[in-house]
Parts: sequence; structure tokens; C-alpha cells
Amino acid sequence: MRLSSKVVNQLKPIIFLLLILPSIYWGINFIDYWGINFIGQNLGANPIDRLMDEFGQMSLRLIILTLLVSSLSEINFFRALSNIRRMIGLFAFYYVCLHFLTYIVLDHFFNWQFILKDVIKRPFITFGFISFVLLIPLAVTSINVLVKKLGFKIWKRIHMLIYIVALLASLHYFLLTKADKTEPLIYLFIILLLLFWRLYSRRLKFFFNHH
Amino acid sequence: MKILSSEITSYKFYINRRNFIKSSTASMVASLIPLNSHAFHKDTNINISNQLDKNDKLNTYEEITTYNNFYEFGTAKSDPSNYSKQFKPRPWSISIEGLVEKPGLIDLEDLIKEFTVEDRIYRLRCVEAWSMVIPWQGFSLNRLIKKVEPKSDARYIQFVTVFRPDEMPGQKRRILPWPYVEGLRMDEAMHPLTILSTGMYGHELLNQNGAPLRLVVPWKYGFKSIKSIVAIRFVKDQPTTTWPVTNPSEYAFYSNVNPEVDHRRWSQASERRIGEFKRRSTLMFNGYEEEVSYMYKNMDLKKFF
Repeated sequence: MRLSSKVVNQLKPIIFLLLILPSIYWGINFIDYWGINFIGQNLGANPIDRLMDEFGQMSLRLIILTLLVSSLSEINFFRALSNIRRMIGLFAFYYVCLHFLTYIVLDHFFNWQFILKDVIKRPFITFGFISFVLLIPLAVTSINVLVKKLGFKIWKRIHMLIYIVALLASLHYFLLTKADKTEPLIYLFIILLLLFWRLYSRRLKFFFNHH
Repeated sequence: MKILSSEITSYKFYINRRNFIKSSTASMVASLIPLNSHAFHKDTNINISNQLDKNDKLNTYEEITTYNNFYEFGTAKSDPSNYSKQFKPRPWSISIEGLVEKPGLIDLEDLIKEFTVEDRIYRLRCVEAWSMVIPWQGFSLNRLIKKVEPKSDARYIQFVTVFRPDEMPGQKRRILPWPYVEGLRMDEAMHPLTILSTGMYGHELLNQNGAPLRLVVPWKYGFKSIKSIVAIRFVKDQPTTTWPVTNPSEYAFYSNVNPEVDHRRWSQASERRIGEFKRRSTLMFNGYEEEVSYMYKNMDLKKFF
């Protein structure tokens, strides 16, 4: 008994829709705020801040989801899940880009001097920025042709970067939180748990197979 | 150029104007209509308190009542408006404690009867780099201070927020060390700009805005303007205040709005006025420099931030 590839592939369009919908919903709400207000203020009184927060949270959740899917797909039953891992990863990148663009365009309106200073001077922005930059090679090398060209081994090594990205991103979230750090700590805990699982899964498997 | 807020508008006129804008598609035209003065303000003597820059526009009632930092009701901006329904702001009394000739409990209703409530339109600058313009109703804190006759060695005042975890869900978890406490130096507390507010936009304060009685100190970051006050203590030494205790490297006692002293994690040079797209430059003492800077003349504001 195992989850069949066919089922997973059939679910793909639905998952695609589920993952893209939040961005469309927030986008429409944001435009509505500055326009005719026919939806009502779902983003609250400070929509730029809220948009940045929602995009950021979404990308962190999706990064964690890719880690979870990776780990799960090592279990025979869930092997077919590896078919949707790339899509989730690319969506994580999509939301990071939206998060970053909100910061550059909406929050600081291309005030490059300020932004540069911010990135260098503020540790939480530095961490966020580094994790964004580290995601770029992962997104680029997700193209099939490149996977083949690089060889699976190198490709896999590059994609281990996701754990560093995840740790930096959750640190970014932890540092920007003012008082109640529960949520960022939960994210951090899950990431460490999944990292631990990944690091020891082979050893555990070896242990179970040989003892 | 600075003009009196009483020359700009009264909140009644503003509400009418807002309704007009809402009901009209020609909001561009509406914003060009000159704002006439209305004889609404009861107290016209306190010129310095009503100053407002020409390009400051009142935030809407909805903005002011749905976007709040009041961790007693939760840490999200929408939490205070969503989770403050259980809170009962009446009956209410304030305990006057410490170095005063007339300590004791004062009933809020008596206080409001005794002190005529005035209109004060102030900018509010949050430490998180956003700001609003809010039409408060209230009275100068110095009137209450004079009434209770502080002793000569009372150099500071500490304020305490109510602690009612059953009515304030945020207090069920130790997000901050409860109860929330704030403080002012005596000259800051006596300054005519410093008010105790009982209303906003002509309504009684809503729970999310610190009902039934809150402090408003417009030249300091918003967290200094403590909400739902139950005790006012006159003390000799600089009192404990919540944020510096929680995070001493990022917050300090004075917390004057200062674009040149950054928060450890972000710049304080600019701010987003709620409702506006582009950031504004933050003004020294939140634009009240002329009125308040004398109190900090010989102080290193980088050290005493």
C-alpha cells in the first residue's frame, strides 16, 4: 500500500490553485484599499505592513512544507510526494519574491540608499536578505535540464541549502518579533526537528536494517 | 507653517466631511474645500496644545479603533478591537498613591465632572514607525496633579494599567510582565500637552483605545501613553516602566520621538502615516520640539533615549 504517483499528479492543479490563491486574495485586497473599497478593509489600516507580513509568513510556511515533504517522501508510503516538492519550493520562492518586492517597492519605494543601509545594519533584515539570495540558486536549478546537467549529486548538495535558508528565515522572523516570540519559536522548532530527521534518517534506516 | 487645529476643523465638521467624501465620488474635489473653523473647542487658551501641521489629516475613526497595540488584549493589531468586548470600563476609580497630600481613590465620574473635557488633536507616533492623527478629548494631567497636591520630593509619576485577566485575554499569558506600568518625570507630567484622555472623536474611549482613562503624551512613542489607568503613584526616583524592563537594550525611560536615534532593530528616521502610501520623515519630538525641547536641554538624547 502506498500513495500512488497518479493520485499525486492529479492533485497537482488543485495544490497549485491552493498555493496561488492567497497571493491573489491579498493582491486584490491591497488594490481595493487604495481604490474603491468594495471588499472592505481586510488588510486592516496598515495594508503595506500586513501584506509584507502575510507574504513573509506564507514563504516561511512553504519552506517548512518542502522540508516536510522531502522527509516524508523518504518513507515508502509517501514516496510519490516528491512529485510536488518542486512546485511547493517554487511557490516558496514566489512568496519570498513578493515579500521582498513589498519591502522594496511599497514600504520604501526604491529608496535604495535607505534599503542598502537597512540590509547591512539591521541583523534581522540581513538574515532575511541572505535567505532570499540563497533561494535564488535553488529556484534556478529546479529546471529539469539543469538538474541533468549538474548531475543529481551536485544538485542535491545545492538543495541542502534549503535548511540554511529555513534557519535564517525563521531567525529573521524571531528577531523582528517584538514581544510574543511563540510563533517564530514554533517554526524554529519544527525546522530543527526536520533537520534532525534528515540528518539521522539514513543512520536510523541503517540501524533498523542491520540490527 | 503651523496653525491651530481649531482653525483646521472640529471633529463634528470632520465627520460630516468624511461622510461627504464617502457619499461622493468627487473626493478629489472635496479635499480642496477649505476647512473652516468651528466654534467647538471649549478651551482656547492652550495654544501650544492644539498645534497641528497643515498637511496632517485626521485618521478615520475606523483606523484609530481597529489598528491598535494593546497587548492586554493580544499582540496582533486587530486583537484589541476583536477581543476587548468583555472588558468593563465602568464603574472606574483611580488610586492616587505615594508622595501626595491627598492620596486615595478618585471616582472617574467625579473627575470628569470637575475638569472640563477639551479637544486635543495630536499626532501619535508608534515606536514601530507608523503614525496617526487623533482627535482626543481629555484634560491636562497637571490639573489632576495640582488637585492631589504632590509633596516637594515627588519627582516622578508612575502609572499602572488595570490587571483583569478574565476580561483581558492577553494578560492570561505573560507576554509582558503585568500589570503594564509607565512613568513620566514631574515636569513632563505637568506639561500642558500631556493629557488624560476620556474620549476620541467625540465618543467615549472604546476599550481597544484604553477606556475609560488613558494618558496621551504626544512627543513620546505611543507605548508611553499608558491605557486603562487604575493607579497614579507619586515617587521620588525614576520608576519602573514595562518596556525598558522587558528589553533594556531597545527601550529606555524617556522614549522621546527622535528621528536621529534609531531603534536597535529599525530606523526611526521615517514613518508611515496610516492611510498614506509613501513614508514621511519623522519629526523631532514628533513635531512638538518648540513646546517640549526645553525640558531636555542639558541631556544627551542618544544616552537618554
